[in-house]
Amino acid sequence: MTTPAAPAVLDRTGLNALVEALVASGRTVIGPTVRDAAIVLAELGSAEELPYGWGVELEAGHYRLRRRNDEAAFAHSAGPQSWKNFLHPQREKLWSADRSADGQLTVQAESAAAPSYAFLGVRPCDLRAIAIQDRVLTGGHFKDSGYQERRKGAFLIAAECTEPGATCFCVSMGSGPGADAGFDLALTEVVDQAGHRFFVRVGTEEGAELLAEVPHRAADSTTRESARTAVADAADRMGRSMPPVSLQRLMGASLEADRWDDVAARCLTCGNCTMVCPTCFCTTTEEVTDLTGDHAERWQRWDSCFDLDFSHIHGGPVRKSPHSRYRQWLTHKLGTWHDQFDSSGCVGCGRCIVWCPVGIDITEEVSALQEEAER
Amino acid sequence: MTALPVPHRVVDRHRETHDTVTLRLKPVGEALSAFAPGQFAMMYAFGRGEVPISVSGIPRDGDLVHTVRGVGAVSAGLYDAQVGDVLALRGPYGTGWELSAATGHDLLVVAGGIGLAPLRPLIHDAVLDAEAYGRLNVLIGARGPAELICRAETGRWPTAYTGVTVDRPGDGWTGQIGVVTRLLGLARFEPTATTAFVCGPEPMIRATARDLLHRGLPADRIKVSLERNMRCATGHCGHCQLGPLLLCRDGPVVGWDIAEPLLYVREL
Repeated sequence: MTTPAAPAVLDRTGLNALVEALVASGRTVIGPTVRDAAIVLAELGSAEELPYGWGVELEAGHYRLRRRNDEAAFAHSAGPQSWKNFLHPQREKLWSADRSADGQLTVQAESAAAPSYAFLGVRPCDLRAIAIQDRVLTGGHFKDSGYQERRKGAFLIAAECTEPGATCFCVSMGSGPGADAGFDLALTEVVDQAGHRFFVRVGTEEGAELLAEVPHRAADSTTRESARTAVADAADRMGRSMPPVSLQRLMGASLEADRWDDVAARCLTCGNCTMVCPTCFCTTTEEVTDLTGDHAERWQRWDSCFDLDFSHIHGGPVRKSPHSRYRQWLTHKLGTWHDQFDSSGCVGCGRCIVWCPVGIDITEEVSALQEEAER
Repeated sequence: MTALPVPHRVVDRHRETHDTVTLRLKPVGEALSAFAPGQFAMMYAFGRGEVPISVSGIPRDGDLVHTVRGVGAVSAGLYDAQVGDVLALRGPYGTGWELSAATGHDLLVVAGGIGLAPLRPLIHDAVLDAEAYGRLNVLIGARGPAELICRAETGRWPTAYTGVTVDRPGDGWTGQIGVVTRLLGLARFEPTATTAFVCGPEPMIRATARDLLHRGLPADRIKVSLERNMRCATGHCGHCQLGPLLLCRDGPVVGWDIAEPLLYVREL
């Protein structure tokens, strides 16, 4: 790998050209856009579809779009989706099986070609989440080949965070608001007296090649300094934080805590937190047959540890109580994930807090467990 | 998904109990890699789905033997498979019993119900290589006489002690009555130089391990085989978690030193 290209500055026209170049090269460009009163991740035909001028107002169990005083495109924190919707989709066909008249079985792998994705506006917390799913799905002895193929082809354009939400706590999880690796290009949006522009750093050769194709200028010190300050200020404006203790140790010591009963009295075990979590990876399988009864398909779909069937073995579910299912989710996310995959499963994006219908706050629950452990 | 299920033809079907069969499976084309005792396969019943089933016999000709209790939609489909039918398997997955680590030790095999099935290939290996080990003990418990599997075979194993006990004897039962741990006093082993291999329902595993610890076996010399829901067997679906363990990867065979603190937390 040669030395990465020097930082550059793109204006809105440059960003448009960047997306045009990606589309022209056959990539499916996914980025944030306003739809159904939320900022969702969807296919973009043009960078003009970015949520220019939109921000979000977040709280536990609360999400609202709000107009900003500027035209910033990336001044909103995590929405209801994450990049796993594309890299580790909700439904995926694994194989099909056919039974012939003489009873022979033929099993065939699913061979649909993966789209060549370009992700525009990946937050540092979500970059970390992608790295975590990489380790879970492709870092062990067995690889999830579908994920591996989609991931290998994906081009990542990060957007550093300059506008954290009230539910964000990436600083205490060590995953933001700045991005230092894992991207092809990293943007930092700057809106100041000198105008609206994007400070661009290059992470890979492929990123450098794309940047060279579009109108840009060399980074000036004002833009560089503005970008640096915006990210540094964001670090000081996190709405939430995790207690500064070893969460892995705290979870291991909290298996019999009273707090689980308290949270279980509020938790609906709906599984929303697991659906919006950018690292939750659990899946189940479904067997589908056609009307002839001789063609079967094996499908994988997202599953949630909050579902009773999740732990079902002969005789019934292992985790019957909401208490045990919330405990499984939290102690896995923050504790046993380290044992299984050498990292935390939490990136501090705050989605589980926002999309919990009863406003359960992971940081508040951990603080309560910490207080109980100290009693 | 890493591996596709590989078609195998049922070449022998032996009915063990009213809901349990032992199937001998011959690869239709290519064979799977060799299984070790204690490992499991994902068995696929066409149109129904997959379930994890430990290998219960490893013939030298590349066939595989699995013993299946038909209790759910998929396992009932496997139970119904007849000679000539084609099923599909992928594997081998998980950790094995690692009998060779017990070289020089007395062997204590403790089985509850269908828990004997994953232990059967281990017993075969221990019998074949008897000189490498001390005394072989096989302790078998079941709810009733009708729930005992491998009955034709158990009496023929050349062991230092084979004990069979049932909780609820029917008419004509003349053997031992009670839980399997009651046989521990009759088995012949030196606790400080014994490795135990235990498989059965969790309460039976807990009771057996507790008694063995009490008799002086170190926890890491008690190997237990555990069961959880499994969808993928490749460490990706998250279903088989038991605390820090992914049982498809870190199990199903686990040392009691690791399993004990996990099995004593309710609903973990």
